[in-house]
Amino acid sequence: MYLIVAGGGKIGANVTRSLLRLGHEVTLIEQRRDRFEQLEDEFEHQVQRGDATELFVLERAGIARPPDVLLALTGDDEDNMIIGQIAREKYGVPKVIARVNDPRNQPHFDLLGISPTICATSSVMALVEHEVPEHDLIHLLELRGENLEIVEVQIDGDSPSAGRSIEALSLPEGSRLISVMRGGHAEIAVGSTVLEAGDQVLAILEPGKEDELRRVLLRR
Amino acid sequence: MTVVDENEDALTRLGESWPGTFIVGHGMDSDLLRAAGIEEADAVVVATDGDNTNIIIGQVAQKRFDVRCVVVRVLDPARAKFYKQRGLNTVCPTSVAIDSLMDAARACAVPVAPPTEEVVG
Repeated sequence: MYLIVAGGGKIGANVTRSLLRLGHEVTLIEQRRDRFEQLEDEFEHQVQRGDATELFVLERAGIARPPDVLLALTGDDEDNMIIGQIAREKYGVPKVIARVNDPRNQPHFDLLGISPTICATSSVMALVEHEVPEHDLIHLLELRGENLEIVEVQIDGDSPSAGRSIEALSLPEGSRLISVMRGGHAEIAVGSTVLEAGDQVLAILEPGKEDELRRVLLRR
Repeated sequence: MTVVDENEDALTRLGESWPGTFIVGHGMDSDLLRAAGIEEADAVVVATDGDNTNIIIGQVAQKRFDVRCVVVRVLDPARAKFYKQRGLNTVCPTSVAIDSLMDAARACAVPVAPPTEEVVG
C-alpha cells in the first residue's frame, strides 16, 4: 500500500515507523525544521519538509498518484480537516483518517465529512467510563455515519425496569434494546424478555436519547 | 455588528466609540458563534491570521448555520482558488496585492529607452 502521513510528531513518526516495518510505501510530511532533521536521520528520503496544507507540498509527496490512504495526524485540527478535504475532494484519495486533537472540534470533522477520526481524549474517556462503576451507561461503539451508538447499561435492584418485560417499558423513540447478558450468557432482547437485577443490557440509540433511556431503565 | 476575537486587546483597535458588540473567544467554538448571533446573521466575514482556521469557520458558518453571505480571507492563492471552486467565497489579499502592484507599475508610464543605434562612419 502507498500512504501519505501528514505530521511527524510522536504519533505520525511512530505510525510511519510501524507502516514501514509492515512493508508499506510511506511518505511522511513534517513542517518544523528541527523535527524534520531528526526524522530525516531515521526515514531518509521517506520524509519531506513542508506545510501539508499547501497543495504543492502534497503534490511533491505524490498525492496525485493518489495514495491508498492519507493520514492527517498533525497537532492542529484545522490543518487536519483541510488536509483531509483537499486529499479527498481534489485528489480523490480513497481513504482519509484524521486525528482530532480537541474533542470539541469533532462536530466540525463530521460536518465536513472527514471520517474516520481518532481522538485520544475520547478514547481515554471511553476507557474511564468502562472502568469506573458510577458511569451507569457505557459507550461501546459510535456509528457516526449512521448517527447511532451502542451502549451498555447495568440493571440493578433499584432500577424501575428490574422485573418488567421490555414491551412494558416506554423506551424512548429512536432506541432499541439489543441483548441481555445474564450469568455470563447473552440473549437477544425481545418484547417478552424480563429484565432482572444484575443484567447487562446492550442498547442501540440516537446519541441524544441517552438521558431518556437512562430514566426508563434506571430512573437517574 | 459583532466582532469575535481571542485577544481582548483587539477591542482597543476598534476605538472608544465602537458601537457594536465585542466577544472574546475562538471562532471555532460553535456555542460562542451562537452567542454572537450567527443564527440571525445576514453576513459573516472570517479574517483571522490563519488561512486554515478561516476556511473551517467559513464552512461551519455556511453549512451548519446556513449563513447566506460568508466571506473568507485566504492568503494562499492555491487554497483560495480550490475553496472558491467549491462554493466558498474566498478573498485572497495576496492576489489582490499582486494585481494592484502590477497595475501601479504599469501606470508609471516610464518611456522605454529606444535601442541605441550604431553610428557608422
